[in-house]
Formats: sequence, C-alpha cells, structure tokens
Amino acid sequence: MVFKNVREWLEAPAASVAERGGRLNVLRGAVARVTTPLLPDDYLHLANPLWSARELRGRVVEVRKETADSATLVIKPGWGFDFKYQPGQYIGIGILVEGRWHWRSYSLTCPPNWSEPGHGGKRVISIAVKAMPEGFLSSHLVNGVKPGAVIRLQAPQGRFVMSFPPPDKVLFLTAGSGITPVMAMLRGMDRRERVTDVVHLHSARTAEDVMFGNELRALHDRHPSFSTHLHLTGENGKFKLTDLDERFPDWRDRETWACGPAAMLDEIEKHWREAGLSDKLHVERFEAERSAIGEGGTVTFAKSDRSVEVDGATSLLEAGESAGVQMPFGCRMGICQTCVLTLSSGHARDLRNGDEKREGDKVQTCISAAAGDCTLEI
Amino acid sequence: MAITDIKAFAHLTEADIEMLGQELDAIRRSVELSRGERDAKYIRRTIAAQRGLEVAGRAILFGSRNRWAWLTGTALLSVAKIVENMELGHNISHGQWDWMNDPEIHSTNWEWDQTGPSSQWRRAHNYSHHTYTNVLGKDEDLGFGILRMTRDEPWRRVHLVQPVANLILAATFEWGIALHDWDAEKELSGHPKKWNSEPNKEFARKAARQVAKDFVFYPALTGPAWKSTLKANATANLARNLWAYAVIFCGHFPDGAEKFTVEQLDGETSGEWYLRQMLGSANFKAGPAMAFMSGNLCYQIEHHLFPDLPSNRYAEVAVKVRELCDKYDLPYTTGSLGKQYLLAFRTIHKLALPDKFLKRTADDAPETSSERKFAGITLPSLPTAAQMQETWHDTHIIPVDPATGQRYGLRSAMQEARVVLKAKAKHEKEVLREARRALKEKARQEKQMLREAGVALQERARHEQETLRHKPFWAKATRRFG
Ligand code: FES
Repeated sequence: MVFKNVREWLEAPAASVAERGGRLNVLRGAVARVTTPLLPDDYLHLANPLWSARELRGRVVEVRKETADSATLVIKPGWGFDFKYQPGQYIGIGILVEGRWHWRSYSLTCPPNWSEPGHGGKRVISIAVKAMPEGFLSSHLVNGVKPGAVIRLQAPQGRFVMSFPPPDKVLFLTAGSGITPVMAMLRGMDRRERVTDVVHLHSARTAEDVMFGNELRALHDRHPSFSTHLHLTGENGKFKLTDLDERFPDWRDRETWACGPAAMLDEIEKHWREAGLSDKLHVERFEAERSAIGEGGTVTFAKSDRSVEVDGATSLLEAGESAGVQMPFGCRMGICQTCVLTLSSGHARDLRNGDEKREGDKVQTCISAAAGDCTLEI
Repeated sequence: MAITDIKAFAHLTEADIEMLGQELDAIRRSVELSRGERDAKYIRRTIAAQRGLEVAGRAILFGSRNRWAWLTGTALLSVAKIVENMELGHNISHGQWDWMNDPEIHSTNWEWDQTGPSSQWRRAHNYSHHTYTNVLGKDEDLGFGILRMTRDEPWRRVHLVQPVANLILAATFEWGIALHDWDAEKELSGHPKKWNSEPNKEFARKAARQVAKDFVFYPALTGPAWKSTLKANATANLARNLWAYAVIFCGHFPDGAEKFTVEQLDGETSGEWYLRQMLGSANFKAGPAMAFMSGNLCYQIEHHLFPDLPSNRYAEVAVKVRELCDKYDLPYTTGSLGKQYLLAFRTIHKLALPDKFLKRTADDAPETSSERKFAGITLPSLPTAAQMQETWHDTHIIPVDPATGQRYGLRSAMQEARVVLKAKAKHEKEVLREARRALKEKARQEKQMLREAGVALQERARHEQETLRHKPFWAKATRRFG
C-alpha cells in the first residue's frame, strides 16, 4: 500500500507525458522530481529527438516516389509508439518547414506491426502523400523531405477501420489518394493471408495517376479472389453509381469502404441510404488540403458541445461568449496569450494580418475569426 | 497627476497618432513575415545552451567542496538560471515563439525555474502588466505593491522603510514576483479567500518543488558536499534575483518612463496604446552579450510595443522605432545600465519621504509628469508659436516647423521645458539671493544705526558724567544737605 503510494508519487510528474512508459515512468518521475520544472525529456530529446516522451517523434527513413506527384514516406517512430493500431486509421504528422511546424493527417498505408523488408526488420510505419495543386505542405512532403528529417507524430486514430477477421465479401470504392487507407487494409489482409472476396473500384484521372498500381496487380496475382477495377475519369468521366448493379451485381451483399473526395462520398452515402444499407457502409472523409474558405461560418466548441453561426468579423472569443461557453481571456487585443485555444478542425483567420490558421494550430481567439466552419477544443 | 491625455502630452494630433500606429503595425508585420528558420534555430540553440550550462554547473558542484569547483559551478548555474529566466521563461511565456507551432516551445505550456507557477505569472504579467502598462491603480507592477515609485501615489508611513524594502525585494525577487502573481491570480480568478482554491494549490505545489529541488534534492545528491552545494544553489538564485530585479527596474523606473491615469484608458485607440507603451518604458544600452543575458529586455520599449515578437529581433526593431521617435519628435528613453538604475534608485529613496520634503509635483517630477507640465511654458524659440490660437492645447500642437520642416513634438517640448524650468529655477534663485542681499543690507544698516545710536548714547552719558564731575562744589553740597 505504502509502496504503491510512493510509486504513484514518484510517477506523478511524468504521468502526463509518458503514459506509454511502463516501468520507466518511475525512473522518469523520480528524475523529474529533481530536475523540476524541467522534465527528463527536456534533456533527453536534445540528445535524440526520438527519445522524447512528451510527444511522439519519428524520423523519415525513406521517401519513395509512387507517381509523378505522390510519394510514400517510411517513418521510424520514436520512443513510446504503439504499433497496435488498426488498418485504415490515420496519423497526425507535424513537419518543420522554415522554422515552423505544420500539422496534417494522413492515412497509414501499412498494416500494424508491419516491417518493411530492407529495413532490417526495424519497426517502421508508412504514409502516402499526394501533392495537391495548392497544398504547400503536401508538395513539400512529396518533393522536399529528405530521409533523416525528424517529424512529430500523433497516435493513430480514426474509425475507418477493418476488423479482423475480414468480412467474406468486401467492396472498396476509392478515388485519388482515397486509396491510401484501403491500401493498409489490403496489405493487412495480405500479410495475414486472409484475402476474402474483395473487389476494388478505383477512380483516377489517367493510368499514370494510379498509386500502388504494380502492387495492386501483384496482389491480384497472389490472391485471385481480389481484383481492382480502374475507372479513368479523364476518358470516361465520373463513375456513375447506377452502374454498380451492372459491374458488381452483388454490391448489396458486400461490406463497403469508401474514401475519396467529399462530393463522391456524399453521393455514395445517399445511394446506400436509399438502398437501406447505411450500416454496411464505412466512409472516410479527407479534409482536402485547401486554404480557408470564405469568411465566417459555424464555430463548434467541442467540449462544451455548443456551436454558433458567426460572420467573418466576429472574433472566436466573442463567438464563444455569445454561445455561453466559458472562454479564457485577458487583454482582448492580442498581446497576452491568455485566450489561446487549439483549432481542432477547419480554418480561422488572424484579424490583424489575415494570417491563416488551420487544424492543429493554436489560435488567439480574441483576434481570430472563423474562415469557414471550424471547431475549437474547449 | 500623471498623464490623463496622451495626445496633449505627446504634442500629437489624432491623425499623427493614428499614423504612428500604422507605422508600428508595419514594423510588426515585416518581422512576422520574415520569421523563419533563423529565428527557430536561435531559440533552439539557446535552449540547448541553457540546458548544457545547467547540467555542467550541477555536475561540477558535485566537487563543490573544492573552492574552484564551487566558484565555477556556481557561476555556471547562475548564468544558466539567468538565461532560463530571462531569455527562455519570460520570452517563451510571452508567446514569442508560438508561431513555430512547437508544443515544447509554446506559451501555453512552458514552465520556468522560478518559485511562482508560470501560469500565474502569465496572467499577472502578460495580461495585467502588459495591457495596462503604467496605468495607476491598474498596473500592479508599478512598485509591486511595496514601493512607492511615483508621487501620484499618496505617501504612507510604511514608505519610510522603502530603502530596506527595496534591498529585500532585490534579493528575493523571485519570491516577490511569485507572491505578487499569486495575489493577482486569486483576484482575477475570483478566489480571494478559500484556502484550498486552485490558485493556492498550484502555488504551493510549485513553490514546494522549487525549494525542494534547490535546497534538498540537489544538495543531497552531492552527498558529503551537500553544504557547499546548498550554498552554491542559494548563491545562484540570489545572483539571478538581483540581475532580474535590476533589468526590470531599469526598464520601468528610470526618469522618462511615464505614468498614466485611468482616464487615459477611456476609449484608447490602438495608436494611443502603442504610444503609452513607448512613453511608459525605458531601455538601457547593452552589447550583444548583455542583451542576451537580459533576455533582450534592454529593449524594453520594443518589448512593450511588441511583446510577442521574437526577442532576437528586438535589436533591429529598435533601429526602426528610434527612427519613428525622431520623425515624430518623441523621446526614446535610454542610457547606460548604471545610469538607468541610479535614476530608479534615486526615485526609490526620494519617494520614501513625505511630500512636504519633495520639491516637484506629480505634474513635473522626474519620474512622472503630465501634460500640465507644459502649461504656462512659453516657447520663445518657435516663431510660429505666437501666431497660434489662444487655447493651451493649440499653442502646444505645432506639427511642423515651416522653416526647417522639422516636426515639433514632445521631445523638443521636454527640452524646452527643461530649459524653461531651469531658467525659472535660476531666476527664482536670483530673486531669492537678491532678497537675501537686500535683507542683509537692511540688517547691516540697522546694525549700523544701532551702533551709532549706542555710540551717541554713550557719548551722552559720558557727557553727563563729565558735566556732573565739573559741577561746582556748592552745587553738590546743596544737593547733599539741602
Ligand atoms: S485575450 Fe489577450 S491575447 Fe487574446
């Protein structure tokens, strides 16, 4: 009993930062007692950024071109990464460009506990990134990142997953980079040698734009129960859902995973709802990497479970107050940082200089306004 | 009374102030746009260097029974603590590095090596002090509630001990700050009384940890050297306290750092806010090393104008701010560290005394003046002054000298005021001397007259005696027998 208390006491300082540390926490905690207010991490991550337990870190070990405008990044996560995620989940990564960290989320393309051959069985993960025309970060990831770069990582998350064992009949509907989470599922099935009856319909503009083309073909060769059907929108236009009956007459019997542009997903959801099959459909919406849209929007306060419609001149602080949320504030003029909150989705704009803030950024609510719908972590 | 109307005090029109504000905004924007890799490297290197110094200092203190090891270890630790306090803790908590979006170098979760919790300090400092800089009754940093730093504050008997209070505050500065922030936090969060309120708990936790670290854990770790390690830790804390104190006092209390009344806050525009920050703080001259050790707070004016711009950019911002001061003829208060401190020191000691011992009023004192200081001061050097309209306000706002194109503003007015006040003082002295001379002369004359009267009297007595002596005998006899 006493021992437990002592242990708790020792662990306490490191508890919030190293929940994944197991027995190491006691040591970390004990050291933290002495080095307060610094934590062991403050020293450790200077020696090796991957040893940080305050936040997950990773190192890019390989950048592999997939198509002209897409690449796979192989990442070795640092201390404390949990490899027991589910295929289909995504991961937040932070990357340093010109002194500033930028956050984006990308689907993991590798199944859990997956080791890339050729990396000496090292425990690594991978994501695939497609450069967006105006996405400065995705372009940087595809063309600018060199192996060795240290990045920040968030634990994998997301509900777009495939459980194990997989369903007997599966339909994947993907478009563009929507293929990435599905790739993780396929690789997972392949690794466990459980590829059931799977059909995959993938839309891309041209044949050159298809990511993982060779791998999909190889998968089919190894597991004839799997097949990919390409739909080239450059030649044939958008895929019409009404064609499903003709191409996959048994689509109603299949558990379906769909990922791609929002418009496509909206249609798919509608189609499935009308067929009364909503519970057989799993959808993943990528927030496309785009800049802020418009002025104002609906601001949602996640923890308080409230939301309010505002214009582009109303500060987020005022928005929160008008919705009855207990917002922290001080000077109300952008100098004291009392009002800083995390933007968990959407965009905001700094009213003083027009700077754009996006998901993952911390914003001073007193001088920022919604630029489109957004969500604050409060 | 301190400044109630910053426009009148600054000798600027509304449009001028608006323009000044825009020029400052432009400076801000140019730094924001050019923040990047170089700045990020600067702070990361500073952090690494500080950690290195601290580890080295602590390691050397294991041998602290040796005199040289003690001295070296203590010196390293002192420097580490100063850097941690000034360049890291203070500046990061101001959000100067928030733009990097790095959770480890962010105002929302940086904890510093000082008694008080960072969060409480942030509230009191970033909010109360930086929003209401030098506004009487609003900015608690004005004398930290212990010292009377302006004669706007009525004298009380406790102020007599000010010289001693000042020394104690300097030596225990971190505690002074911690208690002060704790109070502010309780006030602001609306928990002034309850003993187990969150601010109280937070304060106790942090203070206990700090004390335990410096005075129990680290000394204990060095085993037999515990006593000398303890002394080393105490010395390093003391050195840090004295330095932080000196930097803060030089930035806020030398002559020329003006005070304001709450009236000034009424409908204050952003230009006026800038102006208040500019007139309310003071710099001191420092080379790169001293600038670094002061957390770049030798650029206090720039820091108050742009509290959340990266500290390593203040030096270049200072050049532009000075240019603006020249352009708008505004004072830019600076001087050597020694001079600035002595000015603050003088104020501390002067204001310990009751008002009846002070010559100046809160309108024209060295440490606080107001727009009223310029009332009744004629401006002989400006030919245009005579043509100006009648009201005081108008005679004092002379945007540009038509002959030279030079703007006429607060700085010139201050100089004039200094000259005029000096002349006035000289004149008064002269009058006094004159009066004294006249009085002396009168006294001399009276003395002379008195002496003459005395002589005359004596003469008369002598004469009478003489007469008496020469009276015939019968006359004497008659008197005797008659
Ligand atoms: S309330 Fe002070 S920065 Fe927002």
